[in-house]
Amino acid sequence: MQQNRNGRIKKKMSLWARLYFPEIIRGMSITIRAFFRPKFVRQYPEERWVPPPIFRGRPVLVVEDETGVERCVACGLCARVCPPLAIQVQAAETELDKERYPELFEINMLRCIFCGFCEEVCPEEAIIMSKDFELTFTDPEDAIYGKDKLLIPASQLKDRLGFLKQYR
Amino acid sequence: MIAIVALVKIIVLILVILGTVAYLVLLERKVSAYMQDRIGPNRVGPKGLLQPVADILKLVLKELIVPVKANRFVHALAPVISITVALSALAVIPFGSYIVVGGQKINLMIANVNVGVLYILAMSSLGVYGITLSGWASNNKYSLLGGLRSSAQMISYELSLGLSIIGVLMVDGTLRLDKIVEAQSRGFWNIIYQPLGFLVFVVAAFAETNRLPFDLPEAEPELVGGYHTEYSGMRWGLFFLSEYTNVIVSSALMATLYFGGWSLPFVNYSAMQPNAAAAVQVVTFLAKTGIFIFIYMWIRWTLPRFRYDQLMNLGWKVWLPLAFLNLLGTGAALLAFR
Repeated sequence: MQQNRNGRIKKKMSLWARLYFPEIIRGMSITIRAFFRPKFVRQYPEERWVPPPIFRGRPVLVVEDETGVERCVACGLCARVCPPLAIQVQAAETELDKERYPELFEINMLRCIFCGFCEEVCPEEAIIMSKDFELTFTDPEDAIYGKDKLLIPASQLKDRLGFLKQYR
Repeated sequence: MIAIVALVKIIVLILVILGTVAYLVLLERKVSAYMQDRIGPNRVGPKGLLQPVADILKLVLKELIVPVKANRFVHALAPVISITVALSALAVIPFGSYIVVGGQKINLMIANVNVGVLYILAMSSLGVYGITLSGWASNNKYSLLGGLRSSAQMISYELSLGLSIIGVLMVDGTLRLDKIVEAQSRGFWNIIYQPLGFLVFVVAAFAETNRLPFDLPEAEPELVGGYHTEYSGMRWGLFFLSEYTNVIVSSALMATLYFGGWSLPFVNYSAMQPNAAAAVQVVTFLAKTGIFIFIYMWIRWTLPRFRYDQLMNLGWKVWLPLAFLNLLGTGAALLAFR
């Protein structure tokens, strides 16, 4: 084995490899085997992938099943911790059992980076990451999700709530 | 009368070939997909079978853009040359021996010229014009480079192509393709007599049709699109169609010159009805050509492409000497055994 100019050892290709044709035949045998392997192609949109509980989809506000009241107390921690400043909260007084409730709660989905900090910092487990990730808009105005799109009943969020209870 | 028969044969052949070429695009996508652990287009029509219709429709409806300083006439002419030459080469290929229609014997070959093989070599040489002119007419350095590289590549490998065909000529003693097929149906297929010649022919055919591993002239990462960068819509479609037509012609030639064309070794065609025999022959021929087309695609999706200098090196320093060696060997063998 001779030394290259950089001090590296250079190996010459074997005669078998340099002929190239045997390698071509070997390569072709690999491709033809791949040809007959079974294919695992998901036919989207008829078949959809359901994410596991650890998945961070879009953030949603949890609504208690029995009372129909959101858990959020409009403390503003999520808006403060959000890295791209996607969340906007406006608190207001309420007759319910809690101090405040969010009069205005908007998340700009074009700014949201799906990091999950809002879910981590929330003291009430009121905002969590759902499984939804298929978002499309035709207008930037449509991307600002208000309470109408953010309030989701807790029964639909069992997977994530269970994951949070177990691991966080 | 003869003219009408010939006209009908031409029209049938052109329609069949153009339809086949459109579906070859789909076949290539499906074959490449299956080799890559996925399935190809399967949304348009059942199993994706209407995909070529969608593709052709898209190409026809696209805006025709010609670069500002380009030579408009040559820009329009180049794809026309490519497709005309590619389709013309099919005129001398025998699809079967003959059929009998209304008491008349009709050969299943459009033109039985006495210089069959030479005609095909001439057509492939003319094909270089289509590419060179398109590269030049686009007024774009990358297209020019792609066109020049491609024409240099094609011319270099034409020598090996011609020399390997001379081997077949020496064995069968005729340039007419129908006689070559008949000679093979009486004896062994030419692949037995000309294995090295077949190898040289296959490699040269890949280089002639600009297919991987010799497709640097049209490689996207290297030259954007090479000689067909500045072409849009149906003009680009014509280049694509002519490339696949060249693939069909090369596959048909491989089948005809080396693998017995429409003949099968143990079948006695004179014992059958002429039309039934012709049907069997055409099916055999199409099957053989189809296998070679699949091999074209199989190799494309297996090998990386050659660098241009490696390509030219091989063409002149490896394949040309091998083609000469093949001729020497064939000549010596013929002297010894005849």
